[in-house]
This record gives sequence, structure tokens and C-alpha cells, in this order.
Amino acid sequence: MKVLKIDKKDWAGGIQKAHKAYRLYGPVQVKDKGFSEFQALGPDAMPDMTATDTRLSPKSIAFPPQEVMMVFTTDENSELCNQMQVPQKDYAPRAIIGIRPYDAAAFLLVKKNFDTPEYRDPYWCDAYEACTFIGLAVNTPSALDFSTSTKSGPFDENGLDVLLVDTGNHYLAKILTDKGAAFAKSAAWETEAGAAGEKQIAELKASAEKQIRATVAFDNIQRQSIMSLYEADFWEEVAFACINCGTCTYVCPTCWCFDIQDETHAKCGKRMKTWDSCMYPLFTIHTTGHNPRGTKVQRVRQRFMHKLKYFLDKYEDGIMCVGCGRCIRSCPVNIDIRKVCDIMNSYSAGADTCALKK
Amino acid sequence: MSAYTDKIKKIAGRLLQECRVDMIIGFRKGSLPMMNEPCFIKNPADVDKLVWDSNCGINLANYVTDRKEKIGIIAKGCDSRNLVTHIIENKIKREQLYIIGIPCQGMIDRRKIAAQFQQEIETVGEQGDKITIAGGGASQTLTKADVIQENCAVCIHRNPVIYDELAAELVEEQKDVDRYAEVRQVEAMTPAQKWQFFEELLAPCVRCYACRNACPLCFCPTCFVDESRPQWVGKTLDPIDTRTFHFLRAYHCAGRCTDCGACQRACPVNINMRAFTKKLEKDAFELYGWEAGLSLDVRPPLDTFKPNDPEDFIK
Repeated sequence: MKVLKIDKKDWAGGIQKAHKAYRLYGPVQVKDKGFSEFQALGPDAMPDMTATDTRLSPKSIAFPPQEVMMVFTTDENSELCNQMQVPQKDYAPRAIIGIRPYDAAAFLLVKKNFDTPEYRDPYWCDAYEACTFIGLAVNTPSALDFSTSTKSGPFDENGLDVLLVDTGNHYLAKILTDKGAAFAKSAAWETEAGAAGEKQIAELKASAEKQIRATVAFDNIQRQSIMSLYEADFWEEVAFACINCGTCTYVCPTCWCFDIQDETHAKCGKRMKTWDSCMYPLFTIHTTGHNPRGTKVQRVRQRFMHKLKYFLDKYEDGIMCVGCGRCIRSCPVNIDIRKVCDIMNSYSAGADTCALKK
Repeated sequence: MSAYTDKIKKIAGRLLQECRVDMIIGFRKGSLPMMNEPCFIKNPADVDKLVWDSNCGINLANYVTDRKEKIGIIAKGCDSRNLVTHIIENKIKREQLYIIGIPCQGMIDRRKIAAQFQQEIETVGEQGDKITIAGGGASQTLTKADVIQENCAVCIHRNPVIYDELAAELVEEQKDVDRYAEVRQVEAMTPAQKWQFFEELLAPCVRCYACRNACPLCFCPTCFVDESRPQWVGKTLDPIDTRTFHFLRAYHCAGRCTDCGACQRACPVNINMRAFTKKLEKDAFELYGWEAGLSLDVRPPLDTFKPNDPEDFIK
């Protein structure tokens, strides 16, 4: 599809125009915090296109940390007494400006869970379908970016409607879908960059991919049996430092687990969906009081086995990780998924036993 | 710092070889600049993995809770105070521990450093009181005192309070530090200002409970926010529930907190929850002359009662 050229002098004007047709989201510097977050942009706000990365991923745009699923009343005078009602939701078109390619790729992984032939989570799916993804290519990948080892990369187009590439004075906008074309029209992006634009994108892409130093491999994980990895002897060491704080799951763009809670006040109530985490004991505790994942080691193993083994086996479409590096950066005790992936991938069941037999 | 590391390796190797301990709990080099990872060593051949530098801010007392082994543990001032608290609260026995005391010179605050450097940081080195950071072709030298954690800057117990062996000479304790300047600022506010201050302080909270999990004091089998039969506290980001969590947790740490800074260090959204715990530390000091974790022989003020208590309500 075609490549457009946007002079940065016209950038703000285009965003202002798009504001009329879309609810815009973008990275915003959080006051006094030294990091950025994706937020809904007010009428005059601009996305911070210089932000290197956001602390939390933009998954919250379709999967808010808390969301009202249904409301109810137990007031017998109300004709809606004891009926669950879905509240009014706003699924008017929204656009995420400046989403990084790995974060857009994460939406596709999350979609595998929320939108299946059997089940469709209406809250996530409706929000997702309302989104237009205006990505920003990563010209200078961070030292923790290993997105090329997953099914993504600094210029990956998967999951995006438009790929923006910063060339200094201009943005090149590669229009990837009809949704993307509609956004470009609303922002009045019209100037075609032609073959020169495509060439420039290809060059910048090659340069960005060359800068990526971090890699992971999971070919051997795929060949191993689930039980041999599950019963491997390295989990105690991998999990030792973990304090089960759950930060990794909160910052992760692909972690989708949630809890459902009824919050009541007098005779009114709300059924809420809230983020949850496999790092918490409460996540798996049964009503009997029994907890099948009662120890830290079991919980840490679950997180890595889910991301790097169960998901890989279930969908045969790569690991549940896009290589953004957020969990590595945010972990207070330096648990590094690249290292764990490496330990799992280089593990060979029974190796010790064989050595002993010799 | 390499002298510390060498000594730690030597002591650890000896303890394991002589079977004095089943494991050593310490730090190994992290995969990122300014990060080390808590680890355990069981084989004397692995002691070379141990490191010590100004990136060992995690409180290791957290890792001995309810363990059954005989443990050699590396302990700086605050860790040692939390070990004392662990012992008097029956989370570990003194006889189980061989404490390798580390006279501490303050831990660096990686976020403070990252904020001062435009490029992505690739390497960080330390030489005495100088920290050199480099990355993206640029480099910069900082004075360590300017970039240490806020709690370290006002710490008056850098030396371990109990130990079986020291890994270095004791250091001079900081004198004339104003430990409670920030608390007084909040105390001087009007109720409306305080309300706003705490509302803004807690606004970014995502209720991940990293602060609680990093805290060596938070070892309750089931935390009150995790009680589900019945549920005590709501799970959403409702500000009342968020405040309930932070206020209650802070009060639960009153007279026990050593201001080790683990909570603030762990918070993914940079909330300074020490604003709460510091106030309670100050109150415990002013009301009872109490500082947590200094002695194995005195019960903490909030778990003792004296018949001559001056307060009427308790009689």
C-alpha cells in the first residue's frame, strides 16, 4: 500500500483534524515521574512521539485495569430488580497514535484468547475493533528489545493500520489497511512519498534491526515435552529472587488474566473485571481453601511455562511474548525472561542421570 | 567494593566447605546495569557468583522467612535490623543464621541516575564516591552521595547491628542527618492540603502490591487485602480501597519498619510510600524512644503492655 509523507510542521494540524473523527490515545509524559503512559488525549493534547517506551503497555486501551461489565439492583421497587444490565459503552472509533510495533503485535496475541471460535469477550473485542493502530517504528531499539526473536520487530507491520517512520523533519506513513487509509484521510495526510519513501523505510528498518542485540531462542522448548520442563530442576533457582509482586504481569502487553468482582453499595451493585496476576496466591485459591499453586516456585513456573511453552504448543504460533523488555526493566529483583528462556531452551531432560550412569 | 566481594566469597566458601551452613543468601551480578539479583549458593564451587556493590538494595531478610535450613546471609545495616525483627517475630531462629555483616555506604537509586542521563545506560561503574555512567557514546561522572536512595541518605544505622563476622571494617555512621524533614513538611499542612497530598501520592497506584511483597515485614500468611472469605477490601482502583490498603499496611509496619526503602524501590509507578512509614517511624521514636530492629532483648512497643501505662483508655 502507499506511503505518505507528513511534514512535522503539519503534524499537529493533522492530529487536530483526526480529533474530530476519533478518540485519540497516545504516550504522555507523566508529571514528575520520568516515564510516559498511554492516555486518552484531551482536545488540545498531542501524543509524545519522542517517548522511548511507556512504563505500562497500551493493553489497557482495550483491557482497562478495571471495567464495569454489568450493573444490578436488588431494589424490589425497581422493574430491573435482580437483573444484570450491561451499561452504556462508548465504542466510537478510537485511534492509538505512536503505539510501538511490538505492542501492536501483542494485541494480536491477546486476541487469540479473547476472540476464539467458541468464546468472544465482548468488552475486549468491541474495544479492539473500535481501535485504529497508528504505529511508530522504533529507529533506535533499546538494549532490552528482543522483538526480532519473537514474531515482531522494530518495523513490524503486524497488527498495525498505519506504520509511521520518523525521518527527522518528516514522518513517512505507510498505509497498511482500509482503517489506516480512513485515518490518513481524516488527518488530511495526502502527499505521496512514492518509491523514495519506501526505499527510505527499508533502509531505516534494516538499520534498526541491525541494532538489536538481545535475542532469545525457543526451538528446543518446542521439542521438549511439557512434563520434562515442568519437572525440571532449575525452577527453584529461577524463582528464588522473585517476590511475587506481579509487576511483570502488570507491565506486560500480553498478560491478560483478570478477576471478576461484584462491588455493592446499598441495593446497587457493579460487576467488575479487574487485572489479576498468576504471581498472586489468591489467583488460584479454591473455595475449599486448597491452593494448587500455593508456593512461589509453582507460580513463577506457571508464568514462564504459560508464556514460553503452553502458548507455544497450543497455538503453534510462537511464544506469548513480543520482546518489549518491560518486565526485565521493571522487575525489582532482576528476573530476566531472556535468561529464563535460555535456561528452558538449553535444558535437556535426564542429562544428569545419563552422566551418572556412565 | 571489590574488596567487599572478595571477602564475601572467602567467608561464603569457608562456611559451605566446613558445612557450617546449608546455603548462602547473597547477590549475583544482574543482567542490567545497576541491578543485582538475590540468589542462593549451596555449592562452594559457586561462590564466585557472589558480588557486592552499591546495587544491592534489596532487603535479603525477605528471603529467610520461615526457612528451615541453616543459612549464611549477607546483611547490610537495614537487612540486619530486619533479621532482628524476624527473629523476635519468630520468622527465623538466631541459631539458624550465620550473619555476614556488611558495613554499608548507601545504595544507588537507579531511577535517579536514569533520569539524569539522556541516553540509554549501558554500563555503570563505581570508584569510591564516584559513579561513572556510560551509554550511547556518552559518559558522565556523578557523585554517589547525590544519587543514593532517599532512605540511605538519612540512614543512621549503616553498620549491621548483629553479625557473626564482618566483611569489612565498620564505617562511620552519618551524623547530623535530618531524618524527618519530609514528615514535618506534611505535618505542617492543613487537613485540606494533606488530603490533596495523599490523593496525589496514591493516584498512580495500580494495586499490584509490589510494595507489600518487597517488604520484609509483610509476611502475614494471608494479607488483609487478599482475604476472600469474606472479602475485606475491594479489588478495583476505587480510591477508598487504594487508601485503605496503603494506610493499613503502613500502620501494620508501625514500630517495625527500618526504612530499608524496599517498598519504594519495588514500586513500578514510583510512589513514595515511605511518606507513610516514615511518619510512623518518627512517631515510634518520639512516643517510645523506639527504633526497630536494634536489639534482640527488647520487645517492640506495640506488642508489650505495662501496668503503669499513662493512657487511661487501655486500663
